[in-house]
Amino acid sequence: MKPFEYTKPKTVREALSSATRHSHYIAGGTNLVDLMKKEIDEPDKLLDITNTLPDQIEVKDNGVVIGAMVRNTAIAVNKIILESWPLLSKAILKGASPQIRNMASAGGNLLQRTRCPYFYDLTLPCNKRKNGSGCGALKGNNRMGAIIGYSDACVAVHPSDMCVALAALDAKVNIQKADGSEETMNFLDFHRLPGTNPEKDNNLPENALITSIFVPKNNFSKHFEYLKLRDRESYAFALVSVAAALDMDGNQISEARLASGGVAHKPWRWTKAEDFLKGKQATAENFAEAARIAAEDTAPLSTNAFKVPLLKGAIETALHTCLTNKA
Amino acid sequence: MSMSRRFFLKSSSALAALSFIPNSVKAFYQDVKEKFFVKKQMIPIQLEINKKQYSLTVDSRATLLDVLREELNLTGSKKGCDHGQCGACTVHINGEQALSCLTLAAMAQGKAITTIEGLADGDNLHPMQEAFIENDGFQCGYCTSGQIMSAVACVNEGHTGSVEEIKEYMSGNLCRCGAYNGITEAIQQVAK
Repeated sequence: MKPFEYTKPKTVREALSSATRHSHYIAGGTNLVDLMKKEIDEPDKLLDITNTLPDQIEVKDNGVVIGAMVRNTAIAVNKIILESWPLLSKAILKGASPQIRNMASAGGNLLQRTRCPYFYDLTLPCNKRKNGSGCGALKGNNRMGAIIGYSDACVAVHPSDMCVALAALDAKVNIQKADGSEETMNFLDFHRLPGTNPEKDNNLPENALITSIFVPKNNFSKHFEYLKLRDRESYAFALVSVAAALDMDGNQISEARLASGGVAHKPWRWTKAEDFLKGKQATAENFAEAARIAAEDTAPLSTNAFKVPLLKGAIETALHTCLTNKA
Repeated sequence: MSMSRRFFLKSSSALAALSFIPNSVKAFYQDVKEKFFVKKQMIPIQLEINKKQYSLTVDSRATLLDVLREELNLTGSKKGCDHGQCGACTVHINGEQALSCLTLAAMAQGKAITTIEGLADGDNLHPMQEAFIENDGFQCGYCTSGQIMSAVACVNEGHTGSVEEIKEYMSGNLCRCGAYNGITEAIQQVAK
């Protein structure tokens, strides 16, 4: 690991003003420390923000505000979250291991780097690590790679489970920028597609801090499912995951949410399929059609065509489970 | 590897030339180096491990695992992968299981850390340690301290409702000998 200077700012303002082009904020450290050990990331300075950011879950009239420093486990086992946003809890518990969930912060979960093997191997080309070096995965080992929204420059996928639920639940990200000004970003605008700049995972301005995540009130707490398909039953990244949530009026769907992990550079919302389901009866035929509509837009890479039928099946199964998964 | 006479002469004259560089130039080079390259930073820290206070000075890069093993001779916590994938380094931080290999020592200050060495009460083993012995919860033993730390947390947090639940909450600890059945049985025994 390259030497770095460690400091622990006392306030958000102090953290923001101490940040430089070569510094990093550190909270849980579960991803960053690993990247530094592998010399994929080599900051000159680490700003320990564990004492500066809010670590409370606050209920408001219109939703819930989750402080950026709240640990992943603390969100997943929170009574209010389990009651009103159980999809979020279920997604978090499908991610990583108990140890990592205890350590990882809410804000850090959004900022995880991809797990593409080319990103982690310094001897191989990777545009995300070093733009211009090429994408080894495009025609190489892309079994875990994207099936939608990728570019020739990068086919990596975002590894988070929590973010898939947040995308489905129309969350917002509250940030504070280097100049101290605050801003709220729609969750769906937070992460980005690779295009020609895959080194950028998200649209967070330089040195800005995520201060909290807002999840609006909704009627999805009764019919929801987070289905994660992976190479082993636990502690593995998703091949395909589906967050599904239905707002039901009898057997009629008044609102639907469908999002996936393991398919794109960002948590992916299947909005066309959601629009199709809206107002429809909850039948096997309609669920199958929604899955077909979602899969229609995918274009698998050389070695991950299996992800398309996997996705279709996962969407159908998740929607069926929504009907029985009554919290 | 053979060294040609020409190569020897060339390299030794280059070395000789280097020694003629005046000290002022060397100092200038040092200044430039310090300006552009971060030096290693030593930080004084205080850690609370197994209810004992330790004051020591560590490299900012030191992980809690390295400090436990290399500085404090608490070698019960093992270094398996050193990348948060195997769980052999699992300790408790403020009562919750955490990976000491991904925790910077400087960031573990002000927290109550428990390692495998802190579980037993004098010569009396912790019930989970006893249960691992009784149920053959290990073979080579390398992953065992991490397994036991996770197992204690698993029981404390009440994730022992079924074998499936135990397996899910123990999934962060790998055992290459495959002692999983014994481990699950040990946890069930303590949970009773």
